[in-house]
This record gives sequence, C-alpha cells and structure tokens, in this order.
Amino acid sequence: MRRNLVVVGHGPAAHRLTELLVERGAGWAITVLGEEPRPAYDRVALTSYLTGTGADELTYPVPEGVELLLGDPVTEIGRAARTVTTRGGRTLPYDALVLATGSSPFVPPVPGAEHAFVYRTLDDLDAIRAASAGARTGVVVGGGLLGLEAADALRSLGLETHIVEVAPWLMPRQVDEGGGAVLRRHVEGLGLTVHTGVPLAAVEPGRVTLADGTAIDAGVVVFSAGVRPRDELARAAGLDVGERGGIVVDAGMRTSDPAIYAIGECALAGGTVYGLVAPCFAMAEVAADRLCGGTAEFAGADLSTRLKLLGVDVAQFGAASGPLDVTFMDPVGGVYKRLFVSDDAQTLLGGILVGDAGPYSALRPFVGRPLAGTPTELLFGGTAALGGDLPDDAQVCSCNNVTAGRVREAIAGEGLTDVPGIKACTRAGATCGSCVPMLKRLLASSGVALGKAMCEHFDHSRAELFDIIRVRGIRTFSELISAHGRGRGCDVCKPAVASILASLGAGHILDGEQAALQDTNDHFLANIQRNGTYSIVPRIPGGEITPEKLIVIGEVARDFGLYTKITGGQRIDLFGARVEQLPVIWKRLVDAGFESGHAYGKALRTVKSCVGSTWCRYGVQDSVGLAIALELRYRGLRAPHKLKSAVSGCARECAEARGKDFGIIATEGGWNLYVGGNGGFQPRHADLLAADLRMDELIRAIDRFLMFYIRTADRLQRTSAWLESLDGGLGYLREVIIDDSLGIGADLDAAMERHVGSYQDEWAATLADPDKLRRFVSFVNAPGTPDPTIAFETERDQIKPVLITEIGARGGLEVTRA
Amino acid sequence: MTTGRPDVLEPGAVETARGWVPVCDYAALTPERGACVLVGPHQVALFRTFDGRVRAIGQLDPFSGAYVLSRGIVGSRGDRATVASPMHKQVFDLETGACLDDPRVRVPVYDARVRDGRVEVRVP
Ligand code: SRM
Ligand SMILES: Cc1cc2nc3c(=O)[nH]c(=O)nc-3n(C[C@H](O)[C@H](O)[C@H](O)COP(=O)(O)OP(=O)(O)OC[C@H]3O[C@@H](n4cnc5c(N)ncnc54)[C@H](O)[C@@H]3O)c2cc1C
Ligand code: SF4
Ligand code: FES
Repeated sequence: MRRNLVVVGHGPAAHRLTELLVERGAGWAITVLGEEPRPAYDRVALTSYLTGTGADELTYPVPEGVELLLGDPVTEIGRAARTVTTRGGRTLPYDALVLATGSSPFVPPVPGAEHAFVYRTLDDLDAIRAASAGARTGVVVGGGLLGLEAADALRSLGLETHIVEVAPWLMPRQVDEGGGAVLRRHVEGLGLTVHTGVPLAAVEPGRVTLADGTAIDAGVVVFSAGVRPRDELARAAGLDVGERGGIVVDAGMRTSDPAIYAIGECALAGGTVYGLVAPCFAMAEVAADRLCGGTAEFAGADLSTRLKLLGVDVAQFGAASGPLDVTFMDPVGGVYKRLFVSDDAQTLLGGILVGDAGPYSALRPFVGRPLAGTPTELLFGGTAALGGDLPDDAQVCSCNNVTAGRVREAIAGEGLTDVPGIKACTRAGATCGSCVPMLKRLLASSGVALGKAMCEHFDHSRAELFDIIRVRGIRTFSELISAHGRGRGCDVCKPAVASILASLGAGHILDGEQAALQDTNDHFLANIQRNGTYSIVPRIPGGEITPEKLIVIGEVARDFGLYTKITGGQRIDLFGARVEQLPVIWKRLVDAGFESGHAYGKALRTVKSCVGSTWCRYGVQDSVGLAIALELRYRGLRAPHKLKSAVSGCARECAEARGKDFGIIATEGGWNLYVGGNGGFQPRHADLLAADLRMDELIRAIDRFLMFYIRTADRLQRTSAWLESLDGGLGYLREVIIDDSLGIGADLDAAMERHVGSYQDEWAATLADPDKLRRFVSFVNAPGTPDPTIAFETERDQIKPVLITEIGARGGLEVTRA
Repeated sequence: MTTGRPDVLEPGAVETARGWVPVCDYAALTPERGACVLVGPHQVALFRTFDGRVRAIGQLDPFSGAYVLSRGIVGSRGDRATVASPMHKQVFDLETGACLDDPRVRVPVYDARVRDGRVEVRVP
C-alpha cells in the first residue's frame, strides 16, 4: 500500500523535498498543495524576472509522479482525522504531512500601508512592473539584502529610487558600521538615494513621509522590511510555535505532532528561523531522509551571504564578531574587508567583505578551521593556493551542502573534467554560482589537466597563442610552430591559428601559407555536404531582401539545379554545387549585388531582425536598419567560434535576440545590449550587459565585447561558455567593457576599426585571382571533368544527394568491399 | 568497411612505361595541402608534405562514403605525416593509409614520384 504524503506549499523547500523523494523511489504517493497559481520556482532569482527572464525559466521541473494542486491554499489541518482542507473545498487524507509554507513579507503597521507593494512572488513583481509603467519615483522601505535588491530592480525599471532604513546603516544584519559606510557610497554611486536611521511614518498615494518629517515622492512603494514565518495553519491546529513565530521542529524536522513535519522558512529549527535558501534545502534533505526511514539530523546552517546586487560586491560569512580582527578600509577605492579570528589568531571565525568579495569563496570553507596563511595574506590574494589544502569535510557549496571531499570523489570517480560536469553530478555550483571559482581550483588540484594545451603540437591555450602572435608580430603558421610548438600541426591547431591570424588582419584567408591551414569549408569558401558537394548561402543582411534579388537567387538555383531552403538564420541556402561550379555561381551572385555569406568559418553568421518600428505597430526603434548596419560592420570577423546576433524592435522580442551571442532589444530610450546567448546544443539566454544605450555607445560596447572575446576565449568556445567561465562573470565583463577597468578599451576599439576598414568580400577577391581559382576543380589533371561519383535523386521536386556507396548497396553500381 | 574504388569509369589517362602516369606539375600542388587526380577510374588524393615529397592515397573517405580526402587538413601525429578527413576528422597515415583513429580501417596507398617537375603516380 502506498502511503499518502501531503505537502503544503510549493516553494523551493517543497520542490527539493519532492525531488529527493522521487529520486529515492520512496514509495509515497505525493500530493502538493500550493497557494500560488504556478509550480515552485527559483525565488532566489526572482529579480531576474524584471530584467527579462521568463517565468518558465525560473520554474523548477516537477518530478515525475508528483501530483500538484495549485492556486488552492490549505485552510485547515484536521489532526485527528489526518486530513487537510483547502479553500476550494477539497479534503485530502494524509499519512504524513509536510508544512513548507515559507514566509510572508512583514508589512509595517503605518497608515496607508495598503498602498504599498511587497516583493516575494512573481505576481508581486507583475504588480510592481505594472505600477512602475506610469511612475517616475520609487521608495523601498528596508535596507537589508532584499531591500537593496528590490531598490536596484526599481531603478532598472527606470524609477528614481530611494531606500529608507531604520537602522543607522545599510544591511545591518550582515555588515558592521564601517562596512555599512562603504556600502552606502557604492549604493549612492548607483544613483540611489539612501535615508538611514529614520523610521517610516506614513504612506499616501504618490508619496511617503518619514518620522523626521521628510516627504519623498513615491509613485511606487515597496516594503522589504523582513519576513514572518507562515505558521498560521500550524498555530490553528495547535502545533507548538515559537514566541516570535515559526513552527517548532526537532532535529529530524518533526513538529510537536509526529505525523507532521515542517521545513524551510516556516520552521523554527534549533531556535532559529532561517531566511536563506541553503538551510531550507538542508531541511528538505533531512525530512526526505526521515520519510524514507533514515535518521538524518539538521545541524544548523551557515548564514553566509553574498549580495547579488548589480555592481556592488558584498559578502559576509561565519561569525560577525570575534576576539581578534583584521580590518582593511579604503574609502576612496570603496573597499572594506574584515576577518574575525580566534584569540590565538590560528582559527578563522568569519568575515565581512565590501567592494571586493573576491576572497569569499576561498575563505568561506575555512570557517572554524586553522588558517592557511596570515590573515593579511588571506585578505589580499594569496588565496589561490587554498583550494588544494581544503580538508575533505569542508563545505565548498553552501547552497547545496556539498563538501570538498564529495567534489573530489566525483572528479575522480566519474572522470569529470569541467565545472558543468561537477554541477550535473553533485549540484555544487548550480544555485548562486559563488562557489564556482573554488570548484575550478579543486579540479586543478585533483590533477585534472585543465586542458590548456590545444593539441600535441602546442602547449598553449588559444588565448595564449593569440597573445604570442599579436605581441611577437608573427605572420605565419611555420614561424609560430617552429618557435613555439612541435611537429607539423593538425586539424585542431591549424584552423585555430588561421582564425587568429585572420582576426589580426592577415589579409585574404587563402593568401600564401594561410591557405593550407584552413578547414575544407574555408578552403573552398563554402560548406561541404555529405556527398562532397557544397552549399552557398548568399548574405542577406538583416534578412531584408528586394524582390529582384529574390528572383536572382531563384534563377541561380534553377540554372544550376540546386536544392533551395529557407534557413533558420533569415537567409536562403543553395545546396549541391560541385567545387568547379562554386566560382561560376559566385560570379552570378556578385554581379547581381550579392556577396556569398559565411555559413562556414568561425565568423559572424547573421544578424537577424524583426520588422521593427518602420512597419510594426509596437516597434520603438528601427531594428532592421540596425541589424543591417551591424551585419555589415562585423561580417568577416574571424573569432574562436561562430558569432550570431539579432535585433528586436521592442520587448516582444520577435527576433529572438536573447538567444544570440550578442542581441539587441530596442527600448524607448535607446537599445539594450544582451550578451552570451546561445541556441544549439546548450541553450542559454543572453544576459543584459548594458541598458538604454545610444547608438554610438552600443556600437562601442559591441566592438569591445567582440574583440575581448576574440582575444581571450578558448578554441571553439561560444560566447555563452566563455562568459560562464570568465572569473568574475558578467560583473567583470561589464567593468572591462563599459568602465574600461583594464585600460584596454582604446586598443580593442582600434582593433575593430582595423577589421572594419580592411574588410574585403572573400568571394569577389577569389574570383579576381586566377591563382586562387585554380583549386576549384574536382581533378587537377582533368579540370573539365566533374566528380562522377556525385549523384542525385529527386524528392519533393528538388535534388537530394545519393552516395555511390548507397547506390552500390542497392545493387545499382558495383562497389568493391574489403 | 568499404575501402575500394567504384569501377565505373572508362580508363582515360595515358599510361607510360611500367605503369607510371604523369598527372600534374609539381608546382601546381600547394605545400601541405592535397589535390585530387583521376587515374583511369581511380580517384587519387595527392599531398605535398612539408618535406617536399608527394604522397598518394585513395580519395574515398571510408567513413562518410564521399570522395573528399584530398580536401582535409595535412599535418602530423607523432612522427607520422597525416591528413584528417574533412567530413568527420578521422586521421589517416599518409605513408601506410592506416586510420590512426580506428585500427580496422585502411585506405589504399599509391606510389608517387616527381620527374622533371611532373608528378607521376602508379596505380596497380
Ligand atoms: C542552414 C542551417 C539550417 C537550416 O536549414 O535552417 C544550419 C546549418 C548548419 N548548421 Fe546550424 N544552421 C542554421 C541555423 C542554426 C541556428 C539558428 C540560428 O542561427 O538562429 C542554430 C542555433 C543558434 C546558435 O547557433 O546558437 C544553429 C546551431 C548550430 C550548431 C550548434 C552550435 C552550438 O553552439 O551548440 C552547429 C555546430 C557548430 O557550429 O559547431 C551548427 C552547424 C551547422 C552546419 C554548419 C553543420 C556543418 O558543419 O555542416 C550546417 C551547415 C550549413 C550548410 O551546409 O550550408 N549549427 N544553426 C541554418 C543556417 C542559418 C544561416 O542562415 O546562417
Ligand atoms: C527577491 C528575493 C531574493 C532572495 N534572494 C536570496 C538569496 O540570494 N539567497 C538566499 O539564500 N535566499 C534568498 N531569498 C530567500 C529564498 O527565496 C527563501 O529562503 C526560499 O524561497 C524559502 O523557501 P520555502 O520553500 O521555505 O518558502 P517559499 O519560497 O516562501 O515557498 C512557500 C510557498 O508556500 C505557499 N503557501 C504558504 N501557505 C500556504 C498554504 N496555506 N497553502 C498552500 N500553499 C501555501 C506560498 O504561497 C509559497 O508559494 C530571496 C527571496 C526573495 C523574495
Ligand atoms: S540541426 Fe543538425 S542536421 Fe540540421 S542543419 Fe543544423 S547541424 Fe545540420
Ligand atoms: S554556493 Fe551557491 S551554488 Fe555553490
């Protein structure tokens, strides 16, 4: 008999619980009753919903076999009958009940509070977004972790934003006064106005008043003044609750009724209500184990936090005070760091980092352990070596409670070689991502050769070779391999070096020795097909094409008998041309004002567009015009992998720009630039790099983004994987590109100008050079003879390749078999 | 695995004494790149390797079934001169025809030499 497990509430804690139970095949019939109208989603990433992440992306997949009843809150627990009753009138029996009802935002009891919003659910955010559309100003009440996040969100919605905090400094629960002062300067630097040490007095439509009489214009008011555990059901059912709220549970997550468990933010475990997701997950793990007959115990949890706020780095871990401390403060640079250590200065107790949270992931696992260096060394670099020293039981990923030992075991046992592998296998790194640098160090220290060597011919990575070639002014592969490599190269290093030489402006890709480096596609300036013929994809910038040009493409395809198909990149692909036909076809196209395009080559493919403001009733900018300009600017740019782009004329995003390496979405005020998107094998939505750019700012940002990628990425690494592997991630990229933190901006700009200035149509240049044309024959000793093994059948009125070996198999031609 | 040659063509080229067939000027071959010649019914992939020698193997890529090996990238693996199939990158030893990624597969190897600036091949 399957026993009934009923779970009340479908948030992250409930999700983790059901996932674990299904994984273990625990034999429970699981029903989850949720109040929100949708399944559990990643609340930690809630704010990204305002900057474009879809609700679907945030939603967790529902484990198989779990029954969800959504939009119908539980209103009563019948402990005697072991049933729950919902507002909609359902009654469900349970053998075990888990309360995972989370928290609700605390609404301060001030007059007019009903005019304010809270910041907890997707519905809350929809309401805030709608209200912001007609507003100019916003006020966030509460200057803690969530308040700052909410304030930043209001700012990104275009509101002039104020923060009101009753404590004397921001984030009072995490940072001390010194850290608070540095933090305040950062927050003000973002354009937010901060009021500390004053309580809110009242809210009225359009404004708020503070206790000292200050009045602030406020089109939108958001309360973020803490949360309260949702223990109302438990309380009404007579379960023990804490004096200040929270359902009392023991170390096995059991409430005062042994058939009822409570997990997540609604639970009072060991006298504490935890407001972070990692302990909620840990509680779910304990409850899952107990429901499977285990004896796991919840041992309290780490309250380390790192602020995800745009551009401000804040982290706190371990204890917030200690007998001895080392403090560093640089008000000018906006950096404040403080470490707490035991009185013999031997053990790390905790720390606060503001302005530079770099050492966070390396230091956090050392809390409660002997120091591996002097505190000063630990605060300033010196942490790189720590990864190897970590004891097996030290927790590396606090979100998912994964230890260094578990990660090492997975690396060795599963033969893992990269961070995505570790994520998939252990979950480490899959939530907030702050432990990723640590995972890399563990990989390195486990002896995983982090594949720096490109192939047997070079010990260098692509980025290193790029620098060697650039700095030493190397112009040929021979020169490079004789000075910096060995052997004669291969299909890995030769095309990579060819691409680097091309990115550095080495002329036509078939000039001199370069010709020998190219992949067959680059060598013949077209894409090889399964039967050795080629395809031709004329460039159609932005996807815009005149009827005359459409007719030309049709005529060329008809005259050469080519298979014709509309591509996914807003172009038309012509398939089935033999090598000797390529130049003749290009000539026809060039004469009609086309150039052939890159569907081969690690280069820009297409810049797709939507129809934009010229025709579309919703468009706010000319997306087609921009797409054409971008495609013409970046065409021919050789890169570590192919590059794709798209421009949408408004937020409806019909061009799917967020699936591209660089995507642009029009706003009322200009253009939003998204980077690092990918379709293909591992889809990824692009991240917002900068908002509301003017055209010149946009072009400069893209120029720098592309050139920085070209210089530093690995061979065949799309921008998405490159961005994910970049130490410091999007924040770092933004600093390099927008703030020019490395001082290389002008250099990158100049490199792009060189590319734009020296662009040539590869196909037209080939047509003009008899030497290059000589290679376009099937047989050098019989230039007029086509390859007799190329054959076609007809399907849906067009040609389709048949391989000679296939014909042989059908008995049509004789084929010798060994 | 198919390694052979489709005997579907009329022999076209002129055979000289002892089976050596002149096929093209040595200068027509790009260093460290391949080209294909037709010798009778046989498609032969020629490669001018870094040491100035010319080597000849069958043009058929036994993995994909397409006649394309001359269009691959020439290089080395250890001390073997190689070509990688342009289709799916399997690497072949230009000396022996052996596939270095799959010991069960071998492509035919032909004799090739340079006489008075002309490349000659001998196909059995
Ligand atoms: C023709 C087309 C399919 C179609 O009929 O629609 C196509 C065809 C090819 N794609 Fe694609 N892709 C085509 C759109 C796409 C798209 C959609 C898009 O661009 O909006 C994607 C997903 C978007 C993306 O790239 O992020 C796409 C993801 C891929 C991938 C996977 C890339 C990845 O990051 O995982 C490959 C493999 C690769 O590049 O390594 C690939 C590789 C290829 C190659 C080059 C495979 C090859 O080496 O032979 C195909 C050769 C084209 C040819 O011979 O002419 N194609 N391919 C599309 C050409 C668009 C164009 O006009 O340029
Ligand atoms: C904007 C934001 C940012 C955050 N950022 C971070 C962060 O960076 N790091 C971090 O660690 N934590 C963060 N948190 C906190 C984190 O989201 C919570 O710790 C986590 O969501 C708690 O999970 P839970 O499942 O216990 O509760 P919840 O997520 O609150 O889910 C409980 C669910 O139960 C439902 N429910 C309640 N009562 C009933 C009922 N009677 N019947 C049916 N359903 C009911 C609720 O509607 C809700 O859907 C953030 C929270 C927010 C709002
Ligand atoms: S999806 Fe695969 S088969 Fe289809 S075009 Fe792209 S690469 Fe070729
Ligand atoms: S610490 Fe958050 S994902 Fe590892």
